[in-house]
Amino acid sequence: MRDEGFDARPWVLLAPALLALLLLMVIPMAIIFVFSFYEYVDVAVDRPAFQFENWLWFFQDGFYHYAIWQTLRISAITMLVCALLGYVPAYFIANTTYRHKWLLMLLLILPFWVSFIIRQLSWVHVLGSQGIVNAALLWLGVIDAPVRLLYNEATVVMGLVHFLLPFMVLNIYVSLESIDRNLVSAARTLGCTGWQAFCQVTLPLSLPGLAAGSLLCFVLAGGSYVTPLILGGPDDFLFGNLIYDTIMLELNWPMGATLSVVLLALLGSLVAIYGRFMGLSRLYKSLN
Amino acid sequence: MRTWSLIRLFTLLVYLFMFTPIAIVVILSFNDAQFGGFPIEGFSLRWFYALAENDAIVRAFRTSLLLGLLAAIITTTLGILASLALMRYSVPATNFFNTLLISPVLIPETVLAVGLLLFMRWLDQPRSIVLLLAGHVLIALPFVVLVVQARLVGIRKVYEDAARSLGANPIQAFFQVTFPLLMPAVFAGLLFAFTISFDNITATLFWRPAGVETVPTQIFGMLRHSISPEINALGTVMIVITVGLPLLAGAIARAFARRRT
Repeated sequence: MRDEGFDARPWVLLAPALLALLLLMVIPMAIIFVFSFYEYVDVAVDRPAFQFENWLWFFQDGFYHYAIWQTLRISAITMLVCALLGYVPAYFIANTTYRHKWLLMLLLILPFWVSFIIRQLSWVHVLGSQGIVNAALLWLGVIDAPVRLLYNEATVVMGLVHFLLPFMVLNIYVSLESIDRNLVSAARTLGCTGWQAFCQVTLPLSLPGLAAGSLLCFVLAGGSYVTPLILGGPDDFLFGNLIYDTIMLELNWPMGATLSVVLLALLGSLVAIYGRFMGLSRLYKSLN
Repeated sequence: MRTWSLIRLFTLLVYLFMFTPIAIVVILSFNDAQFGGFPIEGFSLRWFYALAENDAIVRAFRTSLLLGLLAAIITTTLGILASLALMRYSVPATNFFNTLLISPVLIPETVLAVGLLLFMRWLDQPRSIVLLLAGHVLIALPFVVLVVQARLVGIRKVYEDAARSLGANPIQAFFQVTFPLLMPAVFAGLLFAFTISFDNITATLFWRPAGVETVPTQIFGMLRHSISPEINALGTVMIVITVGLPLLAGAIARAFARRRT
């Protein structure tokens, strides 16, 4: 063994994790693909087959196309709002001379530790009929009865932004922090105004972080379905909601599998395009 | 300078946007009122007592704790072993294995959930708590691998080799050199995996067997009616656990570091 230079130890160490991934991810992904060709017989009944009825259904039914459009639109809006809201705090944290900068960083990471469901439902306390906004308006006498502020597309976007904003700020912060300060000073000495220096030096150099944050926000928003259930009305569904309904309520597994393949292809292709141009290692770094 | 004040103000507003809703949940959990919203009618701990007497919530809490602990132990074991393999030995195609280990995070959780569910159906197995546990391990694994690898960078094989050349046997070298260096990675991995499992709802709604609730799915179920004050109290308890634990761990780690220097 030793002469051949083969060392079995790393493979023994790797084996449990690889086996888990094989059983829990690789095979299940293959099974989804296989299931998308199965035949739906009745509620909770399907027959192994190789036919394209589910796929035809998906390509013909305008409702699914509308759901894709709506998912892309809501994800894009969420991503843009995150970028607009997230850039300024990231810039502030990167450039502040404030003594307790660590506190600002800690506060940025803190929301990751607060339960997702609690963060989402907390908006009911802000905008709901018994929420703080309605309570304040009633108390001031501006309105006589609670106004309906929740359960529309705007509140879905807001919930998603609340959940995803820290990802964006952290990514932008990391790339702003790595910029050589001398570059900005140099631009200023060479006659740039502060704004010009920002547009020509800082902003372009922070684009990788902005791109990584945007990708994360888009993909995570596009894959979610719980936020619309809590903060959206009946029309504010995402593609994930269709998958949930098809699998868990209609018990139509072949169609659910087909829709899952679609969602995976849709969001996976974005990750692939990003990985092709930027490399995935930056994305990994941003996740912890 | 005026621009800078605007930037500061904007940053403050964003932080307020992030934290006001969470603060409201905590404040309302101490509200004496019958309903879970405003107005505030006085300070009371009664919803925390009600929480402890609500069997469904207590059961969900136990399920979540058990799942979180088991998922943390399994995921951290898998993650540490794999990371050690990739960082301490020269394995061919290291990049490929790294990407593979982290790839679950690139797949939408909904799709992961459907995949595992259909696999169980293909095997003719009912949904079970084991499925839920396995699923949580899958979701937490990439994060644990990332955290552990970041902490393991400092551990090079040379330390162990140095101990060996100074006369330690392999077991002594492992327990006296490698293991203490490994501990921060172990703790970080455990903490991360626990919180991810404890907090998960997206995939858990697919995987949980009939009648089994975790804390997030229990809250989700209770939401269907209206926000009861109990949910606020539960939220406060969850925040204390998931925020308090890492902060405490960080403080302990810092205290240890200070004692050592």
